[in-house]
Amino acid sequence: MSRVGVIGVGHGRFGRRSDATVQELAFEAFRAALQDAGIERKELDASIIAAVPEYHKQRSVAGVVQEYLNLNPLPTWLTEAACAAGSAAVRTAWMAIKSGLHQVVAVIGCQKMTELATADILALMGRVGEVQWESVFGTTFPGYYAMFATRHMHDYGTTHDQLLQVAVKNHHYGAQNPNALFQKEVTLEKAREGEPVASPFCVYDCCANADGAACVILASEDRARALSKKTVWLDGLGCATASMSVLRRPHLTGLPSAVGAVQQAYRMAGVTAKDIKVADVHDCFTIAEIMAYEDLGFCEKGQGGRYIEEKRSYIGGGGVAINVDGGLKAKGHPIGTTGVSMTYEVVKQLRGECGPRQVPDADIGLTHNVGGIGQYCFVHVYKRD
Amino acid sequence: MFSWFGRVSFVPYTKVQDFAVHLKAGRMMGSRCQQCGHKTFPPRADCPQCLSGDFEFVEYSGQGTIWTHTQIATAPTGFDRDVPYTCVVVELDEGGRLLAWSGETLPQQKVKIGMKVQVVPRIFEDTPDIRVYYTVEQPGTTWGKSPPPHLG
Repeated sequence: MSRVGVIGVGHGRFGRRSDATVQELAFEAFRAALQDAGIERKELDASIIAAVPEYHKQRSVAGVVQEYLNLNPLPTWLTEAACAAGSAAVRTAWMAIKSGLHQVVAVIGCQKMTELATADILALMGRVGEVQWESVFGTTFPGYYAMFATRHMHDYGTTHDQLLQVAVKNHHYGAQNPNALFQKEVTLEKAREGEPVASPFCVYDCCANADGAACVILASEDRARALSKKTVWLDGLGCATASMSVLRRPHLTGLPSAVGAVQQAYRMAGVTAKDIKVADVHDCFTIAEIMAYEDLGFCEKGQGGRYIEEKRSYIGGGGVAINVDGGLKAKGHPIGTTGVSMTYEVVKQLRGECGPRQVPDADIGLTHNVGGIGQYCFVHVYKRD
Repeated sequence: MFSWFGRVSFVPYTKVQDFAVHLKAGRMMGSRCQQCGHKTFPPRADCPQCLSGDFEFVEYSGQGTIWTHTQIATAPTGFDRDVPYTCVVVELDEGGRLLAWSGETLPQQKVKIGMKVQVVPRIFEDTPDIRVYYTVEQPGTTWGKSPPPHLG
């Protein structure tokens, strides 16, 4: 079976980017990806834009990005799967290439969240749950993950200190990532003093809204071999869903969509959890990373708290190196961009280009990108030649 | 009528809109499929099992067990005056689950996973509009207050 590979990656700076429009952010990442691939724009035959459109004043954002990148009249379209829009776009690119319809596709994640006033963002976030029966009680995005955390702590004895140790790790690596929103170490003592958000969470359990863009260029095996000597192959894809409503989940200690997606991805790539050396997982909240350790099979169910406490997810910690770019926690979470940013990091790791935070012998990597509170999950497995 | 349900209404129109009318009268209603008998809470008009669109409301006791909870300190727009409030998910004895606030008989520090509770219909009394909801209370709590006169 022929493969699909990533031949170029680009990443802009994440943060409160009041200096740029969404298409200007997209341009930064796109130009970087073309330069990284060492190809001209004429090699592309389509683009796919990943963004969550409610945050933009500009309607139909794919159109304005396509024009600003001077890609007309090539085809483009938008993918949306909440916070997993970026990985949905990567999956769509893989499908477009495998179908034979396209050969070289640019996937551009771009999101400006700060165009809206804070009150408007809070109102949008309040509707992340099922609006008919849940949002009417003022549920919030952190509130949902907090309900997972409450249950995980009850069932497995996970502690709030263990949750905060995820934030400490991710800020540690974020401090070494020039694209991150927060480039500062945070101690456990400092994290414990964070303002309460939704019990048991304080502000250090939560990622921050951000603006930013990332771009990856995917190509068919033939074109990849002709154009690039550093292709990283997308060999395993999984995608699964779970109920919109938290009320209809089978349990609250993990995401069934993640378990379903990772099983598909491992099987397709012919690997197991033991083969993964580096992973970017969806740590929108600290409990989300701990549940990811378990859902992805990096540790036994219920042992996620201990996994971080023993620092197994640090580089050289004896487990899988996880979110060593800072994760959503330190990088910031421009929601449509995040999945593309994860792909960027794993590709750079497999190419051995991550400098002081390079994971040794990283030959197989994984991205785990969750939409909403697990309504969607996409898992991708990457290999180098 | 469904616009009555909740502090802030996002979906005023639904096939199960009479849920709010029943709630105002102090009744918690789920739905039962008239074809296959499948029961659902929250109620839904269309059966997820047999796809039938024929349903009837059936009354629930509101008794159940706490599944999980969180106290919200940072509220979304429209809920500013209510913070902090505790969102509780209850597994109902008759099947299904609901999300609601803990009420005055169940302050945050008493809310524990696994405890038995009673869900009680309520009316917001700090607004001229009709706004109905329900709270999670200690077992045995009944809807002690009659609706305000202008809503009776």
